[in-house]
Amino acid sequence: MNKLDELLNYNHQALNLRSQRQQVLASNIANADTPGYKARDFDFQSALANAIAQPAAAQASGGAAPAPAPQPELLYRSVLQPSVDGNTVDMDVERAQFAENTLHYESNITMLTHHIRMMLAAIRG
Amino acid sequence: MKIFDIAASAMTAQSQRLNVVASNLANADSASGPDGKAYRAKQVVFSTQNMGGPENAGVRVTGVIEDPSPMKRQFEPNHPMADASGYVTMPNVSVVEEMVNMISASRSYQNNVEAMNTAKTLLAKTLTIGQ
Repeated sequence: MNKLDELLNYNHQALNLRSQRQQVLASNIANADTPGYKARDFDFQSALANAIAQPAAAQASGGAAPAPAPQPELLYRSVLQPSVDGNTVDMDVERAQFAENTLHYESNITMLTHHIRMMLAAIRG
Repeated sequence: MKIFDIAASAMTAQSQRLNVVASNLANADSASGPDGKAYRAKQVVFSTQNMGGPENAGVRVTGVIEDPSPMKRQFEPNHPMADASGYVTMPNVSVVEEMVNMISASRSYQNNVEAMNTAKTLLAKTLTIGQ
């Protein structure tokens, strides 16, 4: 992994996970009225730590091809107000998480853009 | 990004639910249908639809069932559909329940529209990386 990859890797992995989490949360919102559906989510912090550790490990073992990013472990959300039909989607929680994830995704993109601009400035001098 | 598919499946399911609610409300007083019997309230059944991987769960309507609750019986001896004792069998539609169902469906629909709009904004923003 060269220096340029290294610089962008963190935000790249974070963006990937943010987009995956957005899908998980969208699934929860979509299934708010499905009987028996259990709300899912994953621990972003540990998932990101895993994703960043992975390419480094692949590099150490001499693997040339980049290993596919490890899938985050999907967990079930602990439920505060269970409903009779077995559905555990709490719309307030899901909407709040969705908004939070959106904001983080956007801030990641801003960071990535700034990194790229910084490197361009360094190249052009 | 599968968010568009996921939200679209939920919106289709919710609008089907709205259709059923509209049918129920429209037929709340239909004492006779094509089969000669009073209308029975219909309900949709939602189930999770796998869209590739456990993190992509859409929704689909697996069936429309007839409400098994007992029909309403109304005393109207002058009604043409009245039986020997003067009672007319009326639909088992609960108008209050249907109104609540309608609001719930419309809110869920709006939530999914919101999710889709957010995904669209994020994708548009993704295209600006490096600019």
